[in-house]
Amino acid sequence: MSKRRVVVTGLGHVAPVGNDVATGWANLLSGKSGIGRITRFETSDMACQIAGEVRDFDITQYISAKEARRMDLFIHYGIAAGLQAVADAGLDDVPNLDKTRVGVNIGSGIGGLPLIENTDGELRAGGPRKIGPFFIPGSLINLISGHVSIIKGYQGPTYGIVSACTTGAHSIGDAGRMIQYGDADVMVAGGAEGAISRLGIGGFASMKALSTRNDDPATASRPWDKGRDGFVMGEGAGVVVLEEYEHAKKRGARIYAELVGFGMSSDAHHITAPNAEGPARGVTNALRDAGMNADEVDYVNAHGTSTPLGDANETNALKLAFGDHARKLVVNSTKSMTGHLLGGAGGVEAVYSILALHHQISPPTINLFEQDVEGGCDLDYVANTAREMPIKVAISNSFGFGGTNGTLIFKRV
Amino acid sequence: MENIEQRVKKIVAEQLGVPETDVKNESSFVNDLGADSLDTVELVMALEEEFECEIPDEEAEKITTVQQAIDYVSAHLNK
Repeated sequence: MSKRRVVVTGLGHVAPVGNDVATGWANLLSGKSGIGRITRFETSDMACQIAGEVRDFDITQYISAKEARRMDLFIHYGIAAGLQAVADAGLDDVPNLDKTRVGVNIGSGIGGLPLIENTDGELRAGGPRKIGPFFIPGSLINLISGHVSIIKGYQGPTYGIVSACTTGAHSIGDAGRMIQYGDADVMVAGGAEGAISRLGIGGFASMKALSTRNDDPATASRPWDKGRDGFVMGEGAGVVVLEEYEHAKKRGARIYAELVGFGMSSDAHHITAPNAEGPARGVTNALRDAGMNADEVDYVNAHGTSTPLGDANETNALKLAFGDHARKLVVNSTKSMTGHLLGGAGGVEAVYSILALHHQISPPTINLFEQDVEGGCDLDYVANTAREMPIKVAISNSFGFGGTNGTLIFKRV
Repeated sequence: MENIEQRVKKIVAEQLGVPETDVKNESSFVNDLGADSLDTVELVMALEEEFECEIPDEEAEKITTVQQAIDYVSAHLNK
């Protein structure tokens, strides 16, 4: 049996660089940072006081204020990006769309952390009677998919994957397989996160994972730069509409790209520290799934979080997976502008990889003032300026705590 | 200063996301105002907050209309 082909027909996105795809993409190409001082809560006693907050976002453009009150931010972002992607794909205009064949898989790494934090405050101050009835459905990870399913009437598989910072990539890859395997014809898939809270920032800061460049937020996320000192937390969501190729062709849908490969692997090494073999194996598995040679890849949307260890490690992993071809790759970290969206990262970065392919241009990796060549970061990272270039094949890498890796491969159709 | 009836109706409208003009004394939360079981729990919590009282679960279950809420609050505020 030949595999059913999976194409991308819709994109949606809420991120620190913009609350829709067009705005976000334009800001990325012009190298604009979405990072700033945290405005949402008091940070004077915190080591890290910066983040990529989503700004001027109005959830009531998507759902009623009454509904919105009952769920945490990560669900807002996921619903918004999901509905944008559905609209972009024109799914609402498809006559006789078989909604039993449409599913949703929008995951999150952490889920409703701010709501958990606030509800715990209520519990401690006022006792268990102060726990609201919407606390549980407002913080559960699969409720993004649940809400999109209810709003749109999609009755196929709905679920959410949880794999830390690989969540978005795993969600999209697994959703693609739902289509290949025949469980669905259309999947709305991606990742979302909204964990910029005292508990979230404080927790990652305690691991010494976050940048503390509080006096210069816009340059704090600097992948592969000598001065990198940790990642900057972002928030938001990235969602794509995946569709079986014949289904898309029959209805005359705009096809952005084909999802040709998905690979997963595990480091089996350490809960937070990476090794090079794990991610390399993820890339190799994805290439095998795509039936593709390493030298066919042009563009890598890297995990590239701006941590001292991770950036050098990913470079080594790329060399392991691609051999000599690694030096011909364009390796781009959009996290230099968005910060790290954790479970949402694989979602927005899939969107960016698809757009790079679609528009034949790589966004820049900003804040690359002094490339850390001595530290092993010696590839072409598209420093500071966007680059028009032929891109036939783009890959997106995601790596998460627990040593879990995922790679998506997109190709021009 | 608003009276109890006005305050109750305002909370009901806010919690259930309906216009205040739709909130009549005889309105049933579930049948007329579109509330589900979780909405009614939250509504009771909002009434407790507003009127600084505690409504026991067995009492809360009996409050299914706007008038019943007004009656309960009036009776227990006067004590």
